[in-house]
Amino acid sequence: MKKIILTIVSIGLLFVAAIGILSSKETEQTTTELLKTEYSKKPVSSADHSKFSILKQNFNSPQKVTKACISCHTESSKEIMKSNHWNWERPEYIKGRGIVYLGKKNAINNFCIGVEGNEESCAKCHIGYGMSNANTFSYNDETNIDCLVCHDNTETYTKAPEKGGAPVSTLDLSNIAQHVGKPSRSNCGVCHFFGGGGNNVKHGDLEKSLFDANKDVDVHMGVDGSKLECVECHKTEHHNISGKMYSLSSMNRNRATCEECHTENPHEDAILNKHTLKVACQTCHIPTYSKVNATKTTWDWSTAGKLRDGKPYEIDDADGNHTYLSIKGSFTWGKNLKPDYIWFNGTANHYLLGDTIPDTTHTLVLNKLNGSYTDRNSKIIPVKIHTARQPFDQVNKMLIQPKLFAEKNGEGAFWKDFNWQTASKIGMENIGLPFSGKISFIKTEMYWPVNHMVSSKENTVQCTECHTSNGGRLEKLKDFYMPARDKNLIIDYAGTGMLVLSLLGIVTHASLRIISSRKRKAKAKNGK
Amino acid sequence: MENKVYIYRSFERFWHWMQAVLIFMLAATGFEIHGSISFFGYKNAVTYHNISAYIFMVLIVFAIFWHFVTGEWKQYIPTSEHLAAQLNFYLFGIFKNAPHPTKKAVLSKLNPLQRLVYLSLKILVIPTMVISGLLYMFYRYPQKGTIAGLNIDSVEVIALFHTAAAFVLTAFIIVHLYLITTGTTPTSNLKAMITGFEELDHHHTTENKSSKEITAAEVNND
Repeated sequence: MKKIILTIVSIGLLFVAAIGILSSKETEQTTTELLKTEYSKKPVSSADHSKFSILKQNFNSPQKVTKACISCHTESSKEIMKSNHWNWERPEYIKGRGIVYLGKKNAINNFCIGVEGNEESCAKCHIGYGMSNANTFSYNDETNIDCLVCHDNTETYTKAPEKGGAPVSTLDLSNIAQHVGKPSRSNCGVCHFFGGGGNNVKHGDLEKSLFDANKDVDVHMGVDGSKLECVECHKTEHHNISGKMYSLSSMNRNRATCEECHTENPHEDAILNKHTLKVACQTCHIPTYSKVNATKTTWDWSTAGKLRDGKPYEIDDADGNHTYLSIKGSFTWGKNLKPDYIWFNGTANHYLLGDTIPDTTHTLVLNKLNGSYTDRNSKIIPVKIHTARQPFDQVNKMLIQPKLFAEKNGEGAFWKDFNWQTASKIGMENIGLPFSGKISFIKTEMYWPVNHMVSSKENTVQCTECHTSNGGRLEKLKDFYMPARDKNLIIDYAGTGMLVLSLLGIVTHASLRIISSRKRKAKAKNGK
Repeated sequence: MENKVYIYRSFERFWHWMQAVLIFMLAATGFEIHGSISFFGYKNAVTYHNISAYIFMVLIVFAIFWHFVTGEWKQYIPTSEHLAAQLNFYLFGIFKNAPHPTKKAVLSKLNPLQRLVYLSLKILVIPTMVISGLLYMFYRYPQKGTIAGLNIDSVEVIALFHTAAAFVLTAFIIVHLYLITTGTTPTSNLKAMITGFEELDHHHTTENKSSKEITAAEVNND
């Protein structure tokens, strides 16, 4: 009787426990599910701008639109004027340099090199009007703020190519002004997808396919999925947009991170969660970038300036990517690229205009991303490394900022006159730097952290893509021990040797036993 | 003279076979994690390795308890008596069908060589595995700064100890599997560890000083 009762009680307990475990799993939502629910609700604006009478006027200049905006949004212009989108620089503390106002005015890249002297053209990606010179531009004139480039929701607003940031003249500014709102990915993408003079030239993970990508390209932005807008991750308060690119920033602050939404321990598997201390989310979750269109991987300025029949020309590859342009030199492109991997602690150092190149025989890194295994703030991140050969002054050991753009021939611009001497002379004069007249080309590298084109969890990097001694993804990061990749040769050889010797010993011993036992038996037989 | 003696009690046999299965599992998954073999798939290997490790640690706790409660720990006290004779037997005598120099008995199951080897496993190899294994599992957490005194910057040293001990343990298993066959008959030792009973020449013989210390009262508890 006692046994029966005990059996029933224990079965009952098991049953209750089972129901408890199973049912809790059904109701408990994971972080991802909660996020999906949260972000499926798209915000609705509290104001319909087409009902404001001040916007129903015939604007004859974009500045008048700005004035109308400011008449209601009285504080916004002040916020904008503090932002790096407006100032094209941000104050950054760099170890060894102190506080530097780092931005397009003093940094140099290995694509189109720099904006100095080329503002008329480059300013089509400045959120202002009337910039013909970044140094003389009036950063205090709020009417020059271009509200529409970010807030136009009609997708018709377009900046003119070479007009210092002004829009094309044929726009219906009244209609655009009446249809403004939260920036969509087309507002951000129109500049950020085309940096460097064409689609996907710079980043590799930010390009026009993201305007309407599917989930396979980016699990967050996929129009067949969560359809997130840029500003949903790049959270913005008072026009201060989080997230930044380390081509132009140095400090570990104001970053847009995966962890903000997904937490630091997003996996069900504890071992995967342990990885997050040393491995950034992007490392596993972005197995390849430039999934749809190619990105520029190398740029050789030294071949620029060749002419056919006195005229500049271009050569394209089968996909329509330029492989040679007389104005810019030779390029190579890559699609579906595996990133390179580096340690990164969120801080960077930069080559700034006027810096002396320490060693002109080696590759010069223009934005050194700091980090190492032993640095506790460092994680492994994926990067695109863009290499170039670009002009430098052999005597002064400085990178050259050439004058590239001009509207007319004879102003010394390289893109018109194809003369490195004059372009360099004028370019360096513009920024008050010396120029010796001796030009050579130096190999440079830029590191572009890869943060977008996140794959679905089914397509993440698998364990053995790194945990292998056979050319894994982290092959080049040699400053730490990784199971399956690294072995102590002494221990492995000694250990294997010990196992082999044990086996040999056993085989010998066993053979001797068998032989001696047979001999004994034979002897015994003979003895009989 | 020969009679069947109950030499391995049920917990002892359970402990032994459980340990055998776990060590096989740990070795197979461990060497996959090390990159030497590929069988379970890397992620599974890690998961199974950790699960086996946890079970093993629970088993060790029970085994330690059992050893002290039953006094069986005394079986592992090393002795130099007959050590040379035992070595001599494995190296020469065994081929001449010489008798085992030491007699197995309930109070002295282990020959002097076994005592030495098993004791080394218990106090050197297994603790090295467990300590380095636990550090391997948890070394990241001190890095978060919670235990300032235990900051470990690299898993390398931990991994080296863990791997080295794993090789030693694997070599032991290989030799152990072979030496099973050196009993009275090739299968008598194996049968004994399965059934608990073994044919012994003498019963309740005490061969060594150490086992003489065990009182008759304890023997009767069996």
